[in-house]
Amino acid sequence: MKLQRKSGLRALAVGAAAVSGALVLTACGSDNNSTTAAPSGGSSSTAAASGITCGPKANLLASGSTAQQNAVNVWVKNYMQACSGSEINYKGTGSGAGVTDFLNGTTAFAGSDSALKPAEITQSKKVCAGGQGIDLPMAPGPIAIGYNVPGVSNLVLDADTLAKIFNGRITHWNDPAIAKLNPSAKLPSTPIQTFHRSDASGTTDNFTKYLIGAAGTDWPYSGGKAWQAKGGQSATGSAGVAAQVKQTAGSIGYFELSYATSQSISTAQLNTGAAQPVTVSSDSASKDVAAAQVVGTGGDLALKLDYATKADGAWPITLVTYEIVCDKGNKAATLPATKAFLNYIAGTQGQGALTALGYAPLPDAIATKVRAAISSLS
Amino acid sequence: MSQSVTSQSAAKPSQFGRRRLPRWTPAVIALVAVLVGTGVGVGAGLSSHIQWGLIALLLFVVVNYAVTAAVEGPRQAKDRVVTSLVWACFIIAVVPLYSLVESTIAKGVKVLDGNFLTHSMDGVITTGPGGGVYHALVGTVEQVALASLMAVPIGLLTAVYLVEYGRGRLAKAVTFFVDVMTGVPSIVAGLFVLSFWILILGFGYSGFAGSLALAILMIPVVVRSTEEMLKLVPNELREASLALGVPKWRTIIKVVLPTSIGGITTGVMLAVARITGETAPVLLLVFGNQLINFNPFSGAQSSLPYYVYEQYAAGNPASYDRAWAAALVLIAFVMILNLVARGIARWKAPTSSGR
Amino acid sequence: MDTIDDITGAPPPAAAPPAESAPPAVTRVGDRVFLGLSRGSGITLLVIMAAIAVFLTVRAVTAISGDHGNFLTTFQWNADATPPVFGIGVLLYGTAVSSVIAMVLAVPVAIGIALFISHYAPRRIAAPLAYLVDLLAAVPSIVYGLWGALFLVPHLQGLNLWMDHYLGWTVVLKQTYQGTASRSLFSVGILLAIMVLPVITNVSREVFRQVPRAHEEAALALGATRWEVVRMAVLPFARSGIISASMLGLGRALGETMAVATVLSNSSTITSHIVDPGGGTFAQNIAVYFGEATPFGRDALIASGLVLFVITLIVNGAARLIIARRKEYTA
Repeated sequence: MKLQRKSGLRALAVGAAAVSGALVLTACGSDNNSTTAAPSGGSSSTAAASGITCGPKANLLASGSTAQQNAVNVWVKNYMQACSGSEINYKGTGSGAGVTDFLNGTTAFAGSDSALKPAEITQSKKVCAGGQGIDLPMAPGPIAIGYNVPGVSNLVLDADTLAKIFNGRITHWNDPAIAKLNPSAKLPSTPIQTFHRSDASGTTDNFTKYLIGAAGTDWPYSGGKAWQAKGGQSATGSAGVAAQVKQTAGSIGYFELSYATSQSISTAQLNTGAAQPVTVSSDSASKDVAAAQVVGTGGDLALKLDYATKADGAWPITLVTYEIVCDKGNKAATLPATKAFLNYIAGTQGQGALTALGYAPLPDAIATKVRAAISSLS
Repeated sequence: MSQSVTSQSAAKPSQFGRRRLPRWTPAVIALVAVLVGTGVGVGAGLSSHIQWGLIALLLFVVVNYAVTAAVEGPRQAKDRVVTSLVWACFIIAVVPLYSLVESTIAKGVKVLDGNFLTHSMDGVITTGPGGGVYHALVGTVEQVALASLMAVPIGLLTAVYLVEYGRGRLAKAVTFFVDVMTGVPSIVAGLFVLSFWILILGFGYSGFAGSLALAILMIPVVVRSTEEMLKLVPNELREASLALGVPKWRTIIKVVLPTSIGGITTGVMLAVARITGETAPVLLLVFGNQLINFNPFSGAQSSLPYYVYEQYAAGNPASYDRAWAAALVLIAFVMILNLVARGIARWKAPTSSGR
Repeated sequence: MDTIDDITGAPPPAAAPPAESAPPAVTRVGDRVFLGLSRGSGITLLVIMAAIAVFLTVRAVTAISGDHGNFLTTFQWNADATPPVFGIGVLLYGTAVSSVIAMVLAVPVAIGIALFISHYAPRRIAAPLAYLVDLLAAVPSIVYGLWGALFLVPHLQGLNLWMDHYLGWTVVLKQTYQGTASRSLFSVGILLAIMVLPVITNVSREVFRQVPRAHEEAALALGATRWEVVRMAVLPFARSGIISASMLGLGRALGETMAVATVLSNSSTITSHIVDPGGGTFAQNIAVYFGEATPFGRDALIASGLVLFVITLIVNGAARLIIARRKEYTA
């Protein structure tokens, strides 16, 4: 009996040692990745530092759109390298959750692919003492139509065809409608496999807005963040869709341009009615944003894009990610740091980093307005 | 025990002068089946190795049946077929385990090094290489420790109640609901904490919120295993102690629990191992973080399973590498806990042998 | 209670007589506190279960009353739109189909493994083999998910083509587009089968072990082969145990999240071709839509979680009742 008890306690000790051993093992680690992560960015810390005016040390929490995740990653990295002691934590939870977090007052700002709705602005007055939430356009990005059809390199599509493909009305690559747009291409007779987002997303929202705006009756759905059409396959996140398109022959999908460039996926050109089919690029998206109307009032800079644009070289499927902050009544603890960070990302340095990542820098006219709005935050 | 009996029986038919196949027959047939299966696979250009296996399996069963039926009679043949099916079942179970461990190790070691273990994802571009798992490791260890701190006392005491005091309706209800609770899907536990702790009470996302959900998942496992162990403590020990005038609560603390502590430790560690790998509740509750956050009570944290999912979802080669490496770390973590737990159980086997 | 400090030491003989009378021992303060504590823990557990049901219901009611579709029969999940339209039609179907596939594949194999370990394997290797199966249970579900998505799915493509070619006439195994990635309910079913295998195996193994030896020996004495012993003595005895083991496995399969979320290509349509991408399950739907959900959308997800909770409650409860009844029967 005594013997049993002793070995029993020893057993407990071994168990405890095993668990606490894990704790001891992990007792040394660091956030410092500067030595390992240097080569990929291309922007060395000295170059980045020059465009940044540091705010006071603070811990910023932000969340929202995954569309701007890659841009924010680079911005945050540069800002934190320049301003030691500052901590910025942006989580790509998706726009909806980002706005929710912001309206609950748990984050300093939100990233969202769509402007605040009137009801959300009313709600924001609770968080923003004496003010309200405003939308600041920050990271516009073209949504590319990626495809993987062996032997076809310069695919041209138009809104109607695109709608019919994603609606399951055009099912094979050698369909006459596609052949008409691509007279010189050798289109295979394989079935078309469409890929859409399985999760709710602003990318889907903007893509279907384009289909509704430009394709008319060929896209009979009401739009929204969730995919509504029947058929097709789905994957989580733009990264997931891009990965599937890359793997699957005969596939087509939509995702931000950066995913197409990083995975070298061919992108389709769009026949918008302009003189030449438009190629997706940062430039062509910037042109589209430049033509957008500001529909927000006061400090709010919400934009209205023209999806049926026929302007030369303007890529009509463009998503604008807004940073959402309070115009007045931001939390005192995070306001200076928020302003400093937003100032950096809206400035020439911050916007200049966008093209390399597959986003489109804000046109000057809008960028000026954004900077003015940021400097008046309180 | 039954094994010895059956092996005796195997000798019987020969005593009655029945013809028997030599012992190595199944092995030879299996070898031939595998060779033919591979041959057919290569010959027909079948791309999937699973198909090769299926062909070989089918061949083996048919040939084995035919040969045995011809030599030993149909009853023995049926027995042979079932034996080979049972073996096949086992191999079918081992194949995915092997493949899973093999691919995790093969792909995981690519980026797994000291740097990976001791660095966070701070400032690492998702599409680029570099970065590490340290922040997630810290999060997992803290969340699991907190969950255990909550779940183990409740679980232990509940088990003590059920075994030492439990009579009547309440005990019956508790027993039933412990069983039912074992089956609560982890995502439902996550949703509950989300709706109760974050949406209604208004606390923010934190490691602690995650550990609340983990505790809910852990409690029934601890109760179950502790209960089993306590039941194994011989009643004579309790009676001897009580007869000496020791109060019941001291009997439990000084006699019953120490006697079964080995088994209880094993059970707790298995429970820890189980919740370490839980992803779904953590996904809803800890927010995720690229930086190290040592404070589980405020601010966002990461965790190993969350990190694996995050890197998988990022969907590019560099992040897949990180996902595999983190999965390897996670598996190693869980397996070590498991091995230690089994070791304790085995070591304690003579006094608390039940399984 | 302070008279006895160390129970391992010899107690003073004077203390023995009073302790022998049971009633005073129960009324001691220490006993009452300890009883209170342990009973309290048991009650806490019941309270947690009740709280889960209550809080999920509260949220679910808000969501369901704001639903512009039919919560039970609507196929699409568009809870964040205005007006919100969502329903669990697809989820019910997908959860049922994937779990049924998992059960059909896993139960026979699990019984086979359990038999192998309890009756067929050489005695010396039976224990390590049992441990190997336990390892399957210890692998975290996210790792299954990662492996399923990056390894299993590409490797199942060949099998899918083969089945489409030879078994396509069954409709169920027909692929609408040949060669589509096998991110289907069928693949999910296979992955779930692997995951529930150890659960079913472990419980059935215990049951097989409890088969009275006399039955087996009697059968052997009558000249039965090993299979006949299993068929006539072991399986009839273990039938209810196998059923409840399967239901426990089913409970696990119903609620599995990550493995499904990584593997399945979900959609808002139902197809009878189980090898086509499409469908969805409760848990996967929650994980996928949680990210972008508005507060109302989260309530809607909680409502679907409540349905899942009730389903698993019923399945697990039934399994446990079967086990309990069997215990009484054999006792």
